[in-house]
Amino acid sequence: MEKTLKDLKPGEKAVVAKVTGEGAVRRRLLDMGVTKGAEILVRKVAPLGDPIEVNVRGYELTFRKADAENIIIEA
Amino acid sequence: MAFRFALVGNPNSGKTTMFNEMTGSTQYVGNWPGVTVEKKEGKARKTKEDIRIIDLPGIYSLSPYSLEEIIARDYIIDEKPDVVINIVDASNIERNLYLTTQLLELGVPVVVALNMMDTVESKGDQIDLKLLEKALGVPVIPTSANKNRGIKELLEKALQVAQTAAAGAAAKTEGRSDGPYDKNVEAGISSVRDCMTPFIGEKGPNPRWAAIKLLENDEKVIEKLKLSDALMEEVKAYRSKMEKDFDSDMETIMADNRYNYISGVVGKAVRKNAAGGSLTLSDKIDIVVTNRILAIPLFLAVMYAVFQITFGAIGSFTIDYIDVLINETLAGAASGWLEAAGAAEWLQELVVNGIIAGLGSIMVFVPQIMIMFFFISILEDSGYMARAAFVMDRLLRKLGLSGKSFIPMLMGFGCSVPAVMGTRTLENEKDRRLTIILTPFMSCGARLPVYALFTAAFFAENQSLVIFSIYILGIVVAILSGIILKNTILKGEAAPFVMELPPYRIPTAKGLLIHMWDRGKGFIKKAGTVIFAASVIIWFCQSFSFSLQMVEEASESIFGIIGGAIAPIFAPLGFGDWKSAVALLTGLVAKEAVVATMGILHGLGAVAEDSVELAVSLQNYFTPLSAYAFMAFTLLYVPCIAAFAAIKREMNSWKWTLFAVAYQTGTAWIVAFIIYQVGRLLGLN
Repeated sequence: MEKTLKDLKPGEKAVVAKVTGEGAVRRRLLDMGVTKGAEILVRKVAPLGDPIEVNVRGYELTFRKADAENIIIEA
Repeated sequence: MAFRFALVGNPNSGKTTMFNEMTGSTQYVGNWPGVTVEKKEGKARKTKEDIRIIDLPGIYSLSPYSLEEIIARDYIIDEKPDVVINIVDASNIERNLYLTTQLLELGVPVVVALNMMDTVESKGDQIDLKLLEKALGVPVIPTSANKNRGIKELLEKALQVAQTAAAGAAAKTEGRSDGPYDKNVEAGISSVRDCMTPFIGEKGPNPRWAAIKLLENDEKVIEKLKLSDALMEEVKAYRSKMEKDFDSDMETIMADNRYNYISGVVGKAVRKNAAGGSLTLSDKIDIVVTNRILAIPLFLAVMYAVFQITFGAIGSFTIDYIDVLINETLAGAASGWLEAAGAAEWLQELVVNGIIAGLGSIMVFVPQIMIMFFFISILEDSGYMARAAFVMDRLLRKLGLSGKSFIPMLMGFGCSVPAVMGTRTLENEKDRRLTIILTPFMSCGARLPVYALFTAAFFAENQSLVIFSIYILGIVVAILSGIILKNTILKGEAAPFVMELPPYRIPTAKGLLIHMWDRGKGFIKKAGTVIFAASVIIWFCQSFSFSLQMVEEASESIFGIIGGAIAPIFAPLGFGDWKSAVALLTGLVAKEAVVATMGILHGLGAVAEDSVELAVSLQNYFTPLSAYAFMAFTLLYVPCIAAFAAIKREMNSWKWTLFAVAYQTGTAWIVAFIIYQVGRLLGLN
């Protein structure tokens, strides 16, 4: 089983290997800079448990855990 | 001929500030044809030439998935502005340049404004402008829009580029050859371009751009170009081959390529201050604002404060003030003047009770709307709104809404009109529609007098408890409606929630004031005409009979007759008398009018909600159970005409407006029916 961004805890970093899934959400993630080779730092989880906040390419981005599951990270 | 410069940039790149600085107060706000996305246009000041600045929606990319992005690129391709000014946030340069790489592909003249240079400087970072210019192949001008720095130079450079382009020197730029793509990708793009160029025609888009979009399988572009099936097959073959070679899909390949290229450029051109990596002020604020424990209490406190100021002391002061100004001072002066002039009675009636009262019902909302937009602007411009959405998203997603819906919903407890207008902060159309439909279920201030009257008459012992239960009923109905509508009519893909959390910034006073004034003006102009006309019509229906005679007895008026006719509809709800029906009809003007009408129809004149006589009179018509059903109906049925106008304006569609009205009124009937009938079965009365 590949590791995804969802497996990371706040404070942990990883390098993106691939973004799976399809349609608008996936394209949006790619457009926002979540592409192969980008380093992502998981900042925190929202108080109600979803979504999560990450730092990528020098800025803060938030998306839902369901989307984090589609971001495969390098082992 | 006027020059047209289009501003394109990411949200939060300072684009609006730039636009305001360039145009001053000359801007014109309209809607893009057929859609509700706003279009702002203004004349550049302090320039000799006639320059029009067009503010395109803030976007991250030119993908075919979002309305704003489609609008922006269609504008650039179809309207061919003389220059595209690309606003790039220098303090967030990597992601901002992603849009730049796509703009450059369009083959139109581009000038990059490297904005927020003050932030970069204060961090101690350095950007090599020459190197950036060389890499991008277009002029790069450093600016700080919030400090009005570099804007003059930017406009001069853009003008120069426009004039050069007009002279034909760069008639149709081919796009640069050393683009952001890998040479294998570039080879694919060239092949596709070569085989399709003859079919695009002179007026079509840049062939290289079209080739890239065809490879990306961009449906909108494919639709527009209308290429033959054979050609599309050929494109598909190229796409499949490339996807196989790269072991990936085309969208990923292109995005990866663009970002790789940008990383390379940024790596060379930007020198970060070695001391970087420590917590910025924005990070520190976020430690508190989105803190696991503090976030929700803080959010509620902020909402409470905004609500209190808008609808509490300050807001109601402005309402009372304007109410007195119009309905007493102005109305008094007008009727005195008309009487002195010997005007006919119907004319006096029309002017005072129709036009001035109608005008008053619009004007009283204006200060509140402005106050609310002032605060919404602060929340948005400071960056808090994005955090609020982050904190509340999970809860609201269950209702088919997103985090941002919370603010309009809360505003609904004050007044549905500004609340409905507040929905325009929601980007997603489905979210916005659903929020507009649900917001009026939040019991607005104008409905309170109705509850006060009925609870005093029937629930004197637990008055506040019963009123509270009505408020809760509204919330429960909204939640259930959200769940029902999400799974039926407004079904579809969940609104994606991929959102930037921009750094906190201090909003500029100028930006806030412009924003506030825009909204207030828009409301007066557009909603005003509808409300105005409707008030006159309602006044007419209240004062005239079907034979167009002015009537003394309300029961003989058009409304009285209609009320008598529709009264049986309300019989299963427990209040089938014509007086209640007429009161509900006049509630369309403003919900508090229900009380006044009840007073008049029960032969007591215009009374206050605490009238004892009216309470006694009502006891002959209602039981506690039917009174509760009546309150529930008042809570839920179609909001007043002002709210209706706001709904129409924000929905920008008669179909959706009528659906909202029908849904609300239908829900009101069903809920009141259930309350009355179930109550009776349970032996209540």
